[in-house]
Amino acid sequence: MTAASGLAVDNSVKPRVFWIPLLKDAILAALVAVFLALPLVGLQTYDIGGGALGIRTHFDWVAIAGAAVFAGRLALRFLQQLYRPRPAGRAKVFATLTAWGNRQVLPITLAGIGFAVALPFLPFSSRYLIDLGTTVLIYVMLGWGLNVVVGLAGLLDLGYVAFYAVGAYTFGLLARDLDFTFWEALPFSGLVAASFGVILGFPVLRLRGDYLAIVTLGFGEIIRIVLLNWAPVTGGPNGIGGIPRPSFFGLPFARSAPEDTTTFNQFFGLEFSPDHRVIFLYFVILAMALLTNAFTLRIRQLPIGRAWEALREDEVACRALGINPTTVKLSAFAIGAMFGGFAGCFFATRQGFISPESFTFIESATILAIVVLGGMGSQMGVVLAAILLVSLPEFGRAFAEFRMLIFGAAMVGVMVWRPRGLIAHREPTLRLGAASR
Amino acid sequence: MTGAGSAVPLLAVENLTMRFGGLVAVDDVSFTAYRGEITAIIGPNGAGKTTVFNCLTGFYRPSAGRLAMHRDAEILQLDRIEGFRIVRRAGIARTFQNIRLFAGMTVLENLIVAQHNPLMKASVFSLAGLLGLPRYRAAERAAVERARHWLDRIGLTDRADWLAAALPYGAQRRLEIARALCTGPALLCLDEPAAGLNPRESAELNQLLLGVRDEQQIGILLIEHDMTVVMGISDHVIVLDYGRKIADGTPAEVRADPEVVKAYLGEDEIEVARDERPFIVAPAKAGVQGRAAGNPGPGFPPSRE
Repeated sequence: MTAASGLAVDNSVKPRVFWIPLLKDAILAALVAVFLALPLVGLQTYDIGGGALGIRTHFDWVAIAGAAVFAGRLALRFLQQLYRPRPAGRAKVFATLTAWGNRQVLPITLAGIGFAVALPFLPFSSRYLIDLGTTVLIYVMLGWGLNVVVGLAGLLDLGYVAFYAVGAYTFGLLARDLDFTFWEALPFSGLVAASFGVILGFPVLRLRGDYLAIVTLGFGEIIRIVLLNWAPVTGGPNGIGGIPRPSFFGLPFARSAPEDTTTFNQFFGLEFSPDHRVIFLYFVILAMALLTNAFTLRIRQLPIGRAWEALREDEVACRALGINPTTVKLSAFAIGAMFGGFAGCFFATRQGFISPESFTFIESATILAIVVLGGMGSQMGVVLAAILLVSLPEFGRAFAEFRMLIFGAAMVGVMVWRPRGLIAHREPTLRLGAASR
Repeated sequence: MTGAGSAVPLLAVENLTMRFGGLVAVDDVSFTAYRGEITAIIGPNGAGKTTVFNCLTGFYRPSAGRLAMHRDAEILQLDRIEGFRIVRRAGIARTFQNIRLFAGMTVLENLIVAQHNPLMKASVFSLAGLLGLPRYRAAERAAVERARHWLDRIGLTDRADWLAAALPYGAQRRLEIARALCTGPALLCLDEPAAGLNPRESAELNQLLLGVRDEQQIGILLIEHDMTVVMGISDHVIVLDYGRKIADGTPAEVRADPEVVKAYLGEDEIEVARDERPFIVAPAKAGVQGRAAGNPGPGFPPSRE
C-alpha cells in the first residue's frame, strides 16, 4: 500500500470523540482557573481612608473566568480530537520548509544581503527603520560572535556583554585621551576584547556547562562594576561622552566643516542631510557583520573550527586524538570576544556616549537568547532570531504595557515548536563528494 | 617471548601501580607489547584493565612504575608527557569502552578531526587556511584521502556524510577504530572493541585488526571480554585480576593456566564450557557470572569499574 492511499483511508474514518475524558479535563482546567482567580481576581483592595484598606469581592468575575476556561478548554480539546492528524501535518510543513531552505541557502542568503543593502533606498524606508536596522545588525554581529563560543565550541557564556563593553570603552578612552578616530580605534577594540577573552578563558578551562555559565556571568558583572566604580578613568556612572563619529574615508558628516576640511556632502555636492550619517553607520555595521560571517563560515571549515565543534561534542575524545583543549578553548573565547569588541567599538561611535548602563546582564541574556532561539551554531538562525527579538518589542509599541508579554510569549512559542531553535540544521564542513548519497 | 621482532619491545610497562586513595587499582604490573603483534589484556570486571589504558594514554598519572615507549631508537617516558601530547609524541591512539564519537558531526568529519595536528601545522595558525593557500589545500586533500582509505576498510564510504550518531552500533565501533587509526599511531589501544557486536560483526572486526596489524606493522593492545576475539587473533595474552598480573603468554598457555580459570569461574564451581568455544561460556558476561556463581571467599571487594 502506498503512503497516499494510507492517508486517504485515515481521512475516511470519522474520528470518534471521547466526551467523558474531555469533560473531566475541562472541569479540572476550570477548577485550576477558579483556584488561581480567587485571590487574584476575586479579591480587590481599596483605600477606605485613614491609611486603612478595605476588601471588595468580585466572585462573579471568578465564576466568569471559570466558565470561560471551561468552555475554551472543552472547545480546544474537542477540536484537537477531531483533527488529530494535524500536529503531524504541521511537522510536515516545517520539514518541507526546512528542506527547501537548506537547498536554497545561496539564493536566500543573496536575497537577504540584497535586501539589507537596498533597505535605506527603498520607498518605505525612514530614518526610524534604518536606525532599527542598525540595531538589529549590531545584535546580529554580537550573535555571530557569541555563536563561535556557544554554538561552535559549546562553551556557555553568560557574560558576553563584557567584551562588548570592553570594545566600547577601549574606543571611548582612546578617543578621549589620545584623540583616536573610529577607524584607528577599531582594531584596538577587537584586540583588547580578545585579550579579555583569553583572561576570562584561563580560569574557566576546566569548567563546563552550568559552572562555566556562572563564572562567565560573574565576569560580566565584574567588568560592569569596575567600569561603574573606576571613576577617574572610566567616568563612572557618568560614562564617556563626545565620542567622535566615524568619517567617510576622512570626510566628516557635518553641516559646517572646520577650516581646511571638506565634509561628505560638500565633497559629493549634495545638500546636507543628517540622514547621510545614519545611512553610513548602517552600511558600516552591515559590512562589519558580513565580514564576521564570512570569517566564521571560513574558520568553521579549518582545523581549528572543527576542533571547536569536536570539543563541544566530546572533550575526552579530543584529548585522546591529540587536540590541546587549552588552545582550542582559548582561541574560541578570543575570537568570540574580538567580534564583541568590534561591535562595542561601533556601538560607541554610533551613540557618541557610553556608560555602564548599556552593558547590563540583560544584554548578555538577549544575545544568548538570539543564539539559542536561532539554533545553536546556525548563522542564518542568528539573523532570524535577531530580527525577531529586536524588532518585536518595536512593533509591539502599539500594545504599550503588553509589549513584553508578547515578547515573552513569542520566545516561549518558538521554543515549544522549534525546541532546537529556528534553524537546527547543521551543514557539514566538508563532504566526500560523489561518494555521498 | 614469541614476538616476530622480539628484540626491542614497542611498549615496556614496568611495575606499573595506580592507587586511588586506599584502593590499589593496578598493582605492580609489568608487561611488554611488540610491533606487529596483538596483545590482549583480559580479566574479570574491575581487574584494572581500563586503568592500565588510562595510564598509557595520559588520562591518569601512574602512582609508580615506568611506561616506556620505544620509537625510532628513542625511548619516551609516557608518564612525563602531557596527556594530549601522547598521540603526537608517542604515537599511542585509543578507543573507549563506551563509544566516544563526535556524535553531531559527520563520519568524515570525525576522521578529519583525528588528523587535527598535521592539518593545524599545514594551516599555519589558520592563516594559510583562511587564505586558502595551496599548501593547506594539499594537506586537506591528503587528509580526506587518508580518511577515505579507512572508510573503505571499514565499509562506511557510502555513509561518509551521515551524522556519526545516525550509524548503527557496530558501525560506530568500527568508526571509532578508524578514527584512532587516522592519527597514524604506532600503538593502537582498543578498549572492548567487540562489546555489543553480533558474531558476524565480531568476525569482521577480527579480520580488520589482523589486517591492520600486518599492513601497518603497528602494535595493538586490546581489552576484550569476547573470547572468540581474544583467542582468535591475539599473539599474546595478559591476564589481570584485582589489579595484579596473574598470567602472561600465548592464548593456549593462558587458557590452560589454572590461576586464570579460577579467576574467571571462582574456586569451587568450575563449570564445563557448554559450547564448542574452548574457554568460557558466555564471553561478555564471563567475569560477572563466574564471580557470582563461584564462592567469592572472604574480603570480596565490589566491582571497581
